[in-house]
This record gives sequence, structure tokens and C-alpha cells, in this order.
Amino acid sequence: MIIDLARFVETGRPQWSALEKTLDWLEANPTRVLTIEEIERLHMQYQRVSADLAKTAGLAGESELRQYLERLVGRAYAEINETRDRRKFRPWRWFTAEFPRAFRQHRRAFQLSVALTLLGCAFGAAALKIDSEAKSVIMPFEGLQISPAERVAKERDDQGKHMAGRKGSFSAQLMTHNTQVALTTLALGMTYGFGTMVVLFYNGVTLGAVAYDYIHGGQIVFLLGWLLPHGVIEIPAILVGGQAGLVIAYALIGWGSRVSRAQRMREVSRDVMTLAGGAAVMLVWAGLVEAFLSQYHEPVISYGMKITFGLVEATLLTLFLARAGRA
Amino acid sequence: MNPSYVNSANTLAIRTPEGIEFSLPLAGPFSRMLALAIDMAAIAAAEQSLEKILAPLQVFGADVSGALQIVGFFAIYITYAILTEWLWRGQTLGKRVMKLRVVDSRGLRLEPAQVVVRNLMRFLDMLPLLYLVGGITCFLNRNRQRLGDIAAGTVVVRSLPVEAPDLDQLLGGKYNSLAEHRHLAARLRQKVGPETAQVALEALLRREQLDPAGRLSVFAALAGHFRELVSYPPEVVEQISDEQYVRDVVEILFKRAEPLRRSAPATPVS
Repeated sequence: MIIDLARFVETGRPQWSALEKTLDWLEANPTRVLTIEEIERLHMQYQRVSADLAKTAGLAGESELRQYLERLVGRAYAEINETRDRRKFRPWRWFTAEFPRAFRQHRRAFQLSVALTLLGCAFGAAALKIDSEAKSVIMPFEGLQISPAERVAKERDDQGKHMAGRKGSFSAQLMTHNTQVALTTLALGMTYGFGTMVVLFYNGVTLGAVAYDYIHGGQIVFLLGWLLPHGVIEIPAILVGGQAGLVIAYALIGWGSRVSRAQRMREVSRDVMTLAGGAAVMLVWAGLVEAFLSQYHEPVISYGMKITFGLVEATLLTLFLARAGRA
Repeated sequence: MNPSYVNSANTLAIRTPEGIEFSLPLAGPFSRMLALAIDMAAIAAAEQSLEKILAPLQVFGADVSGALQIVGFFAIYITYAILTEWLWRGQTLGKRVMKLRVVDSRGLRLEPAQVVVRNLMRFLDMLPLLYLVGGITCFLNRNRQRLGDIAAGTVVVRSLPVEAPDLDQLLGGKYNSLAEHRHLAARLRQKVGPETAQVALEALLRREQLDPAGRLSVFAALAGHFRELVSYPPEVVEQISDEQYVRDVVEILFKRAEPLRRSAPATPVS
């Protein structure tokens, strides 16, 4: 069919211009809620331009006219089928209700995250028990290469002076580094979860090796006083990052699911975003505690006090994740 | 609502529930790489500005300003693309310059979670260096998606402004000697198929983009084809260039519903 192009453009242009104008206005005012009349008018314009686009189907796909109409229909389609949540973002509500809800929603992924880390812990502890030379490989951190007893003595003598004038920047470094680790663990979920599982296991290996080293060296109280205040928040935050990564992996694999991969990914994206944000907030707190409290030991601050602080934090975090945001 | 997707080379076609199909031109890895380079420069500039803004805070101690700088740099790095893509409807500064846009792969508007997730995935896409993972994935994926796009259900499209075509300058206002012969014009309409007609129209619409030699050969081929289909008297066509011949044929084909213009009285040549 050869259409009368000039007449087609002449008769269609007023409708196209009207729709273009409406779309420009809508895009400039994204928060505006349309009235029923406005919605009906937009829908009518959309249908007319869609019909015009259908008429151009006989024309070659690259024509300017077809491109122009496709662009208009595409923009109108996006506006008419708007599915976004228009509720205002409330940070407090998001953290205290949405985050724990998303956490509980995917608790199996968290449990798997914990299991992989514990497996790594067992491996790290066993490796160090079997081969004490493995310490330099498993714990490649300068401060951990000396024996636990030496470390305790050193910290006792230093009385936290090494932190003077650098607590703030140390805290900031911890926050950013740990957030980066958590987000990388999350992103590695796109490797069908393999990368996430490797990171979780590796974190567990280091943690298990450190714990074994200090317990074996008779410094269990120091270990608890050093790790508990920040660790009870930091480690769960990394686990939450791993949880989000496993949620992505599960959606990517889609065991037993009949919906498309794209749809599965879309369904979990909001929870993934929430878990990532929640982990980041937890790591900000952990960074502050690690720089301003964990690095101070007896005689500056008693181990009992630090352990109690850590246990209180752990209890509150457990209650928060288990109970907060329930209707 | 479950639109189906038909993918051809470098376009993502979306069929709406009403059965209307429209296509989105996908952005290639090279233009995305250039946009990324611009964004990196923008982030570096923002970080330098932050450094200058925080400089006066040195009076509170190097520790305080250092801490704020570390957190500030990280926040800029993480939130730059998230905020710009959200506020500018799928565009960062680099994408604006390169005329690219992130859109939902179903043609819908972007949701905040999609913007956040596709940008969080940069931690993986940028591995091991220079966005190698993302680049390779983008190159291999039929929708030109990096891992972040796959996770968020987004695609990056070219966002060139498209104006309504101005056909008046093409089809109107000029004397058409071929239209004088109505029976031959009718035969032309009968013999020329829609595809050939469209090719001729496209050639006229894009004639300014052709180099001189290409332009001559394209219109020579088209005019030759039309001359083979319908023979006009030699006196009608002898003064007409190939391009003018094609223009007159196209006018006959695409403006058939209007009454044919009578020739304007020719200026007498003495």
C-alpha cells in the first residue's frame, strides 16, 4: 500500500504535536498526578498516534516519519503504563521497616551466607591448626603476623596512642572499604552466586584463622574485647551483602520458576537495593565503633565493658532484624 | 501486561499489549565507553571541587577534613551515576553528551531500584580493570547489556532527537511535467510497488547525506528503473535530470489523492 504521505502528515500532525506537548509537560513535572480527564485525553492521543504508527508499517523501517512516531508512542507508552511507587521516600521508615522486612523475606539466603562463612571459619581454623606456617598466607595483615601474646602486650603498652589524630580518617577508611567489600560481594551474585560464595567462604577463612590463633594463644578475652564491639555489626553487614548476592543468584538461576529471568530479576531488585543500603548503614556504625572503641584496650578501657557493649549491640541487632517493621 | 520483544540488529523492538510495535536504537559499546570516560572526568572534577570545599576545615584538624574527604570521595563515586540517572531520567553527564539514555527493557519508565541495582553492579562490571567484564558482556549480549543492565532489566539506547519530517519541501510547490500525462501517471502508480516507492522516497529524503558521485549514481539507477516501467514521450523528459525525474515520480506516487496540478504557465521563451 502506498499512502498519501503528504495528507497523512498533514492530518496527523496536530495530534502528534498535542501528544508531544503533553509528554514534554509530563516529563517536566514528574511528580504531578493527572486527573481522570487528563488521563483519558493522554490515552486517546496515545491510541491515535499508535494507529498512525500502525499505518506506517508498510513503509521501510528506517523512515524519519516512522522513527518520529515510534519515539512518540514509546514515550507515551512509558507514561501510560507507569508502574513506579509514587510514595515519598522516608529514610527512617525505610531503615526501620523495609530493611528488616527484606532481610526476613530472604532469610534463607542469609542462612546460606552464614553457613558458608562458618564453613570458611572451620577451614581457616583447621588450616592453622594443621600448619601454623599458613598464618602469613591466610592472614595477610601486618598487625596479625606477631603472636597474640605480643600483640596484647603491645596494645597494653601503647594505650591507644597509635590512634591519636587519625581516628576519623581510620574510621572513614573502614567504612568505605567495608562497604566496597559488601557491595562487591553483592554484585558477584551475577556470577550465579559463585563469586559471592567464594568471598563469604574466604572471609570466614580469615576470621576462623584469627579466632583460632588468639584462642590457641590464650587470648580469648582480648579477642572478644577487640572484635565484638564492631564485629557484631560489621560481620552481619557483610553477610547481608552476601545475602543480597545470593538473592540475585537465585533469581538469575530461577529454579522451578516459570517467569522469565528478566521478570525474576525485576522482582528482587527492590529488596536487593534495600539490603545493600541496610548493609551500608550498618557498616557506617561499625566503622565508627572500630575506630573509636575497638582499637582501645585495657588499661584504657576494660575488656568486660567492651564485651558487654558488643553483646548488647548483638542483642539489639538480632531484635531489630527479627522484629522491626512487623505489622 | 507482557509486551514481547523482537530483537534485530542494534535495535530492541517492543510490542505493546495493543499490538503496536516500536523500536529502541541500542547504544554500542564504543559510545558507552566514551560516555563512561566523560563521567570519570566529571567524578574527578567533583572530587577536586570537594577537596577545595573541605580545605578550610583543616582548622579543625587534618583528621576531620581527611575523614570527610574519604567519605565524600566514596559518596561521589557511588552516588554520581545513581543520582544523575534518576534526576535526568536515565542520563549521566557522559550519556547526555553522547546522546544516550538508560531505559527499562520493556519500554517503561525507570524505577529507583533499577537505577540503584545497575549502578551497584559496577563493582563487578569494572573488574578486573577498565570495565573489562562489563565491556565483554556488553559486546556479547544481543541487547548490548552489561551485567548491571541484565540485573536491573535496563538497556542503554541512543537518544537522538527526531523531528517530524518536513515533506512540504520535498513534495510540494514544484512543477511536475510527468503529472501532466495522467494515463502514464496512473500506469506508474500501478506498476511501482510500495517497497520501490519507499526506496525512492528515502533516497530523496537523504539526498543531502550522499556524496556527489553516489548521489548521481543512486538517482541514475532509480530513474532508469522508473523509465523502464513507464515510457514518457522524449520531449517531456529530455530536460529533466535523473534526480528531478525521481522527485516527480515520487510526487505522483505519494500524492495521488490530490488533484493533479496543471502546469504553471511557462514563461515564454523568445
